[in-house]
Amino acid sequence: MPARTIVIAILSAALALAGQAVSHAQQEVRIVVTGSSTIAPLMMDIAQRYEASHPGVQVDVQTGGSSRGLSDVRRKLADIGMVSRALGREEGDVAATRIAWDGVALIVHAQNPLERLSDDQVRAIYTGEVTRWEALGPWDGPITVVSKAEGRSTLGIFVHYLGLDIRDIRAHTIIGDNEQAVKVVAGNPRAVGYISIGAAEYHASAMTPIRAIALGSVAPTSANVANGSYPVRRELNLVTYPDPAAPVEEFLRFASGEQVHDLISEHYFSPASN
Amino acid sequence: MTSFPSIISRRRRIRWHGTPNALKDAVFVVVLWASGVLAIGAMAGVLIVLAIGSAPALSQAGLAAFVLGADWYPTAGEFGLVAMVAATLAVSAGALLVAGPLGILCAVYIRYYAGDLAGAAFRVVLMTLAAIPSVVYGLWGMTVLVPHIAAWQPPGTSLLAGVVVLSIMVLPTVAVLAEAGLRQLPSSLYLGSLALGCARHAAIKRIVLPSAKGPVAAACMLGLARALGETMAVLMVVGNAVAMPDSPFASVRTLPANIALEMAYAIDVHRSALFVSGLVLMAMVGLLLAMRWYWGGPDDPQF
Amino acid sequence: MTRNFRPFANDFLVRAAVAAVVLVLAAIVLHVVTRGAALVTWEFLTTAPRSAGRAGGIAPVLVSTVAVTAVALAAALPLAVGAAVFLVEAVRPEATAARLTRGCLSVLAAVPSIVFGLAGNMIFCDWLGFGFSILAGGLTLALMILPIAACVAETTLRMHGEDRRAGYALGLPQRRIVWSIMLPAAAPGIFAGLGLGFGRAVAESAALIFTSGYVVRMPDSVFDSGRTLAVHILDLAMNVPGGDGNAFATATVLLASVAAVVALFTALDGKRGRDFI
Repeated sequence: MPARTIVIAILSAALALAGQAVSHAQQEVRIVVTGSSTIAPLMMDIAQRYEASHPGVQVDVQTGGSSRGLSDVRRKLADIGMVSRALGREEGDVAATRIAWDGVALIVHAQNPLERLSDDQVRAIYTGEVTRWEALGPWDGPITVVSKAEGRSTLGIFVHYLGLDIRDIRAHTIIGDNEQAVKVVAGNPRAVGYISIGAAEYHASAMTPIRAIALGSVAPTSANVANGSYPVRRELNLVTYPDPAAPVEEFLRFASGEQVHDLISEHYFSPASN
Repeated sequence: MTSFPSIISRRRRIRWHGTPNALKDAVFVVVLWASGVLAIGAMAGVLIVLAIGSAPALSQAGLAAFVLGADWYPTAGEFGLVAMVAATLAVSAGALLVAGPLGILCAVYIRYYAGDLAGAAFRVVLMTLAAIPSVVYGLWGMTVLVPHIAAWQPPGTSLLAGVVVLSIMVLPTVAVLAEAGLRQLPSSLYLGSLALGCARHAAIKRIVLPSAKGPVAAACMLGLARALGETMAVLMVVGNAVAMPDSPFASVRTLPANIALEMAYAIDVHRSALFVSGLVLMAMVGLLLAMRWYWGGPDDPQF
Repeated sequence: MTRNFRPFANDFLVRAAVAAVVLVLAAIVLHVVTRGAALVTWEFLTTAPRSAGRAGGIAPVLVSTVAVTAVALAAALPLAVGAAVFLVEAVRPEATAARLTRGCLSVLAAVPSIVFGLAGNMIFCDWLGFGFSILAGGLTLALMILPIAACVAETTLRMHGEDRRAGYALGLPQRRIVWSIMLPAAAPGIFAGLGLGFGRAVAESAALIFTSGYVVRMPDSVFDSGRTLAVHILDLAMNVPGGDGNAFATATVLLASVAAVVALFTALDGKRGRDFI
């Protein structure tokens, strides 16, 4: 009877897994890092490098957003939280270590001939005062305005730079992660959005049909983010409770040190010079 | 002579090692009820988690702010869910309108049209459709479907795109469950109508489907539930602007998409308000079920 | 004229619906496979991801996926069958307990996966102390697939009402009727439901990010965190610039293995599943 055989097979496989788990003694030091999905891929690479040079230490990287990073640290589910923004005043119970900077740039479709947009024009687009490209330059059709979901630090930085209130924004498409913005803009020649400069730089080199446009007058490059001349940027932080355990502290030193700067650049962020 | 003692010895062995039957029966009944209670407990667990999460926002803003408010600016203290409730209903109902009939037709095909091999192959197709991750549907919708709609009726990310993607995703659930329902019918029903001279399509339409009304409706109900709760794929194609769904080309936001979009970076009351979105969604499903009970009546065996 | 046309139209409708479904599936599968198949090599299947998944393979992800799915099915099977037998055997269909149970299952089916993730995170990771682990992820998934699996199991159990009544006529106790008559008879349907649940489990990402987690190391036990294929695809496609290629390659692997598993299930119960007509 195949049916019963399958049942027995499934159940015994589960039992075997559970049995193996019980016999598995936990001797290693385990550091749990959770939080911002912007930082998580970078942190994964840092963790891999750290594990390679520190046998006996396991660094588990989880994701789910900055707020989860904070709440997991507070619930003691995690040792380190990843937060892709500056900490607020009511978050003084945790200590932050800045590891990198990330800038925000506008993106348009590669067919869009506009070279730059003034802050006033961007403001007009995002508040719905201008709804067609004809009003802005040599491009036509209705503008598709792409913005980020409330709570995302990129949105906060963007509206703060433009001096707008979140309620003034009139967007057609609201997205979560950078890659979603890239895919929406790449699929719609009349769309405009804003994303992390690192991601924009990568896609420019990867022939994705999008183009980065500066906010302000400084060219949107990660070099300009690193030297501080590009005005629209945010910090990427690791947060812990003050006075963390020794292994956690050692990992924090590693993650904010010179030895991971190549990884930070590989992920198109700008290392924070402390 | 040889078989007689062996029977006696087998009976004795059973008596010797067996637990008293009354105890076994009692244990069995307890296990049965425990299973039922567990199903209720699973939902209670989810409800409790949502309720704990919702408490701060509900106590601060009150339920009315959520149910009556028009705008959703949670960091500025505006928590209106009306537009999102309407959008959730519109997208799910649209998906069910497409996937329901299609799914039932697919079930009918497997049961009454396909040969053994074709039926089995088609079931593999349906099951594979069910196992494609939401992201993949979403990616397909974002990179193939949405640009097409955008070229025709900008911005492209729209209620329509959501309905199309969601229909494809819900269809396997409806089809497989409806097929299980059709299987439940005694074969004499279909064969009998054929013997009486019914054409195949007439037997299916007039005899088979009406008799399987309960399970088929249950299949649609689960399909609808699945549509109401679907998150990632919908989030990627509907545009997520908080607005009443006044046109199929309008950008809208559903309740699950609201949670997934903002939960990652929400704190304090904002986070709590997202839990309220979850509660409202569950209340909507509860209400739909209650309506079904009310109109389905007691003669409907499934509900 | 219309009389002759109608049967044709009705039959045509059924076949057109089926053709449409197959076409859509083909379109989506082609979209994925044309972008991913070339990247699927033996090395891709047997090495660990590097550079956040942009390079390297998916070996630990495959292992975690198998483990999470196994835990989920092992937990969902008894839960779903138990709930279905409860609905068929312990209570009358119109009784309040039956309605309540069915109602709860239906509401459960509509809970968005991210809410399951938050609930699973709170219940299994935090309260029960499993942490981010394959076990927590599998159990969360079990709750997610419970409604569908239970619905199919119940429908199939009801189909064998005659066998059941025959059992009672023979004076068999209820537990023997359930265990020896109804469950074996309903097994194919139960597996169809489990197959749907399997699909849902393999496809799930949002709930697992919060429970089984994001770690790409090879798991040692079910108490380790492990990233599944769907989570890997989500992260590569939505979060890692330059992750698209490997996202489609991973999706190709996922589709191929799902089709293989489902075909195996169908072949196993093929003869039993179509026991009339």
